[in-house]
Amino acid sequence: MPATETTQKDPVIVVLQLTGGNDYLNTVIPYNNPLYRDNRKAVGIPDNQIMHLDAQYGIPHYMAPLKQFWDDKKLAILHGVGFKDSPRSHFRAMDIWHTCEPIKVGTEGWLGRVAREFDPKKENVVTTVSMGPSLPRSLVVQGVPVACVAGPLERYGFLPTIQGEQRKQVLGRFAQMYQPAVGSGLVMDYMSETGLDSLKGEDILKVAPLKYSSTVQYPNSPIARKLKGIAQVHFADLGTRIFYCDHSTFDTHAGQNPGHGNLWTAVTEGIDAFMKDLREHNHADNVILLMFSEFGRRVRDNGSGTDHGAGGVAFVLGEKVKGGHYGEMPSLKPEHLVQGDMDPNMDFRSVYSTILDKWLKLNPAPIVNGTFEQPAFLN
Amino acid sequence: MAYQDDIALMSHLMRRAGFGAGRDEIEARVAKGYEATVEELLHPETQPAADPYTLLRYQPASLLPGGQPPMGNLNWMFYLVNTKRPLEEKTALFWHHVFATGNSKVDNYDQLLEQINIFRERGLGNYRDLLLEMARNPTMIFWLDNQQNHGTAVNENWGRELLELFSLGAGNYTETDVRECSRAFTGWTFETKIPRAPYGRFPWKFEYRPEDHDDGEKTFLGHKGKLNGEDIINIIVQQPACARFICRHLYNFFVADEPQVPAWPLEPPRDPKAIDALAGVFKDSNFDMTATLRVLFNSDFFKNARFQHMKSPAEVVVSTLRLVGGHELPRPGYGELAMNTAYMGQDLLNPPSVEGWHTGKEWINSGSLMARVNFCAEKIGDPSLPGVRAIINRLKAKGNLSPDQLVDGCLDLLGPMVIRDDTKQELAAQAKAWGQISWDSDTNAQLADQRTSQMLQLIVATREYQFA
Repeated sequence: MPATETTQKDPVIVVLQLTGGNDYLNTVIPYNNPLYRDNRKAVGIPDNQIMHLDAQYGIPHYMAPLKQFWDDKKLAILHGVGFKDSPRSHFRAMDIWHTCEPIKVGTEGWLGRVAREFDPKKENVVTTVSMGPSLPRSLVVQGVPVACVAGPLERYGFLPTIQGEQRKQVLGRFAQMYQPAVGSGLVMDYMSETGLDSLKGEDILKVAPLKYSSTVQYPNSPIARKLKGIAQVHFADLGTRIFYCDHSTFDTHAGQNPGHGNLWTAVTEGIDAFMKDLREHNHADNVILLMFSEFGRRVRDNGSGTDHGAGGVAFVLGEKVKGGHYGEMPSLKPEHLVQGDMDPNMDFRSVYSTILDKWLKLNPAPIVNGTFEQPAFLN
Repeated sequence: MAYQDDIALMSHLMRRAGFGAGRDEIEARVAKGYEATVEELLHPETQPAADPYTLLRYQPASLLPGGQPPMGNLNWMFYLVNTKRPLEEKTALFWHHVFATGNSKVDNYDQLLEQINIFRERGLGNYRDLLLEMARNPTMIFWLDNQQNHGTAVNENWGRELLELFSLGAGNYTETDVRECSRAFTGWTFETKIPRAPYGRFPWKFEYRPEDHDDGEKTFLGHKGKLNGEDIINIIVQQPACARFICRHLYNFFVADEPQVPAWPLEPPRDPKAIDALAGVFKDSNFDMTATLRVLFNSDFFKNARFQHMKSPAEVVVSTLRLVGGHELPRPGYGELAMNTAYMGQDLLNPPSVEGWHTGKEWINSGSLMARVNFCAEKIGDPSLPGVRAIINRLKAKGNLSPDQLVDGCLDLLGPMVIRDDTKQELAAQAKAWGQISWDSDTNAQLADQRTSQMLQLIVATREYQFA
């Protein structure tokens, strides 16, 4: 099926990775809980800078754009997300989120498996588009193409200096040289696929910015530029079902204020522009946005920031999302903490399972390696 | 053929211990001998250093660039391209992969470059001393927040990463060890002064504040006492896990691609005997990097590991620039040139996180592959560059070239490269379409130059060219 035949009603997922370990407690603040103040003497958000979501929780003022989504009931907050025996290593924790393998080293990313379900015959090389110069492991499955866009979409392509008739000949030769062959090894095969898929993808993706026009002004931040690129590809109806982007670094060991604020201002203002753009183009209904981080941070601050923790928070946002709290914040009582950290009470694969089952209409078990309770943030 | 084998082995050594070399240099080194070349590489002080005054003349802003890219990148690229001490610079890159600190947080290329200079000067020395130097390095202290690690309020960032990323690897310590280790480094901070605006910044200096140090009893990896930071480092380096962790890094960087670091606690090394051999000499030599690398470069496991390593973006860019030549002087535009590694996924002096970069196969994705191919093809396709000219002249000296001779000649001078038969057939088919080339008249010579540079472009666009 050529890319253009895909109907725009197919559900699309955008993942925004908050790299570095986002501080749950200063993101969704239990402002009435005295233990919050006790533990956050240095980096606590003052009461006059908290926007209340309800009688229990608030968000810091620097996440203001999210408030409207909450009021419109389009923002689901997933509390206490994580996994048992959280390793507190960025490395390993991110790997677990990406591969759904908390014990051994996984070889397949969960979204790579989703892409394989959507396009088992690999008919569309832009089913997955990732914005950024590296390839997140969640998208990696052998044989599944991912278009990684490192710079402006307009410049995506091989050997741009060679043009005209000669270009066709050279790229033809290139394609021949990248043909897979038995026995050349896994890495060579992988490069072969990557080369050929990108060759196909460049003609498709280059169209997107040319077709795009919008009244929405995106802020000038890396994450906003990535989200704008996603919007452009989404509007072009190229059959892309999975978009990936990230923002970093949420590793706020020190200087958490104003560091955490700068990060979230960029993210939430970017999201605000993105969602406005989607609505303006009548392309919002089939999109949800998942935000996650590899772990939360330590309950007690360290004097200017927070160290690596365990339980964290994830968000799902979109027109079709049932806004509200899901799960509950793990206890902050000292006797309930695990080595000073919130004990995760919602397995991260639960979040994936709801998205897979209710939104992407796929059987979650083989993708997340097991059956998990599904918080009901989607119908 | 024996001579050709020597050429192939020497170019392997130079790709790994440095950033490749043109054929003239390879031939000179073969004449000198393999082991003698290893010794020369291990003793960079025998060769002249790159001249910082050239940077001062052409790019004065790159000497103390503050927080501004691309001036920091430009500064290091100048050394990478110009050094006559290839292993010194390669080892600096190695340590930057391990002790990866970045401008995204440090916002101070002056300090980042100072750290690279430490790697240059001491990277081939004693690992224990280097680790201690890093514990006292203001850039590292700020990167991992140790200036916020107080006797009364412990900050675990440095303590944890010291164990996980810089010495032992995950799984070789407990959460209690992280805590105790962090306590031992309380009070290890640096002096800060208000910037002397508008004249720039003061250099950062290590400072130990005993009043901020937790001098209480600690238990770390089974050792008890009022441990201070240096005690911790002395305990760490004696752990068998430390030698294995550092040597696996060496193997991954210099010999052949390993799984990503997070998988190391779970997946055995590709060549356990090689790691044993390296770890043995590392320990026996009291953590001497020169002794360890001497064993590495002279070993069969190294000599046999040709094209088993995916070039990092820094290797792609630097080896290409050194091969084609003409990029020695940091003229205007050099900053943009230096940023090419970032477009391929490796923004030097600015790693994506404390983990540094994922390497090997993970360098490759659709965007980075395009960036690699496009950069190499553009440079090698320019016959006006002296290194490209040198390749053409060597081919020209052979007289008329049949299509097969053109392909073989180009593959030889770009490596010698080993490529798959299928790939070679494609190159041969293209050469056949052009027919025999010769330099016997001006018109023919112009065409022959063009055909040769097009063949070189096709070769650097192959998958095989991405390996070293």
